[in-house]
Amino acid sequence: MHINFTPLGRKVKKSNFSHWIFLAPCLMVLVLSAGWPLLRTIYFSFTDATLDNLKEINFIGVENFISLARDQDWWQAVLNTFLIAFVSVPMETILGMIIALILHRNFRGRGLMRAIVLIPWTIPTIVSARMWAWMLNDVYGIVNELLLRAGVIDSPIPWIASSSLSIVSMILVDVWKTTPYMALLLLAGLQGLPQDCFEAAEVDSIPFGKSFVKIILPLMKPTIIVAVIFRTLDAIRIFDLVYILSSGNSANATMSVYARKHLVDYADVGFGSAAATALLFFIAFLSVFYVSFNRKKLYNVG
Amino acid sequence: MVKAENRWKYKKFIKNIMLYALCALVAICCLFPFYWAIVSSLLDSTHLFSTELWPSKITWANYRCVFGDSTFGSSFLNSVIVALLTTLLTLAICLLAAYPLARHKFPGRKRVLMTALSVTTLPYVAVLSGMFELIRVLDIYNEKAALILSYMIITVPFTLWIMTNFMNSIPNEIEEAAIMDGASRYLILTKVFFPLLKPAVVTTGLLAFIAAWNEFLFALTFTLTNQARTVPVSLALFTGASQHELPWGLIMAASIVVTLPLVMLVMIFQRRIISGLTAGSVKG
Repeated sequence: MHINFTPLGRKVKKSNFSHWIFLAPCLMVLVLSAGWPLLRTIYFSFTDATLDNLKEINFIGVENFISLARDQDWWQAVLNTFLIAFVSVPMETILGMIIALILHRNFRGRGLMRAIVLIPWTIPTIVSARMWAWMLNDVYGIVNELLLRAGVIDSPIPWIASSSLSIVSMILVDVWKTTPYMALLLLAGLQGLPQDCFEAAEVDSIPFGKSFVKIILPLMKPTIIVAVIFRTLDAIRIFDLVYILSSGNSANATMSVYARKHLVDYADVGFGSAAATALLFFIAFLSVFYVSFNRKKLYNVG
Repeated sequence: MVKAENRWKYKKFIKNIMLYALCALVAICCLFPFYWAIVSSLLDSTHLFSTELWPSKITWANYRCVFGDSTFGSSFLNSVIVALLTTLLTLAICLLAAYPLARHKFPGRKRVLMTALSVTTLPYVAVLSGMFELIRVLDIYNEKAALILSYMIITVPFTLWIMTNFMNSIPNEIEEAAIMDGASRYLILTKVFFPLLKPAVVTTGLLAFIAAWNEFLFALTFTLTNQARTVPVSLALFTGASQHELPWGLIMAASIVVTLPLVMLVMIFQRRIISGLTAGSVKG
């Protein structure tokens, strides 16, 4: 408890307390929507709870986690998730950087370009999944049609139907959808840099490639690291897109999709919660890893 | 001299052409799927598979069908109500909470902000079973209240974060002047702060609305009947007899109807949305 003294020596305790009154509704919502459900999920993961019976449940220790570790489908889901995250995030970063560098230049139509770039991010994920599923349809899709017409392929490619290719499709759609976000984050970073760096490089007519590697990249490092961390953590919980494009096929599910399937479709709350808790663990581990790594890096930079 | 200048002009010309070519490429990549959905939605079922890049004969039948469908109509209404209420509630509680967080240093302040930040990275499937139980206890399963409550886990943390950043940037002197004039804290908040915060409210409100409008996982899990569903869920559960018999023209028409309001919002408020998106993460 901090007690402030006014010049007259009166104790003013009220002001500190009133902070928490202002914060109360927000904290209550956070506890009710995040904290409490999260704790209950972790608790459920050690029980045999089912969707119809959440009350009279038995504590069964780590049994759910043992069967999870033995399930081939789970490890496939883990693999798929990391494959999607670790392929699409670097692609987004590179493409996002290119777009950010374009938008950073001063040219006519820049505002329009920014709005256009924002559109894939705005479109609801379910809608983009449906749009792309239609475009990538193996029989009637425009993508196959264009590729066939251009002579790149001889026969239609089953983009969605084949499980190995559907992961490729998921990555493609995810990159399409989230690159704008990355580009805007990086653009904000570029605009935060001292602009005379860019001018100096231009005046000295240093080739762009060189000034990018020697000037922009080192200065942008903190922004890039933060953006990559947030996007990776976001990509690991990917659900909507995979739910639509995998159409229930467990060979190309991700961790979130796997957990929800067991939790809701198979009504096995205990086991589903165990899978969700495992995903939570992955995310927590990665955040701790990233934060410590990030700190070290930042110190190295100066 | 003249030659050098010409060469420089020539170089600049080439550079400009390359810049616009790149822009065109990026624009095509961003817009083509949207364009193609519009084209497909305007074709009748016999022309749907023709893959003409420019439709020769268009029809509004799909749109008439979408608007005539009572299930889609109720989903659309649900989406509007849920997204609006979520946005308003989020704004109200975050405006209150951001005030002490931005203006005063007190023990626990940093912890609240860090908690909000870590909630934004939470895998939402990890609250699913606990939330399910809570919703059953509160007896709001299959109702809008269940969706609004669960959407707050998404909207509140980033709104709080962005709002706090915005409030931080308002100079202290304004508040001090109000205190000197004897204004109460409540008065300061409503008469001094809110007018200054209008841009921040518009930005975070838009982001919260978009997030709530697009949400899928909770809407899929906590609704059961057609009448209670939101648009993304109806769209996802829209299926024909088999994969190849999906009514694609209809799905695309519904997709466009769902997306158009958002695209218009983005076009109008582009600057505000971008400032909010980037304020939330870069400063973190």
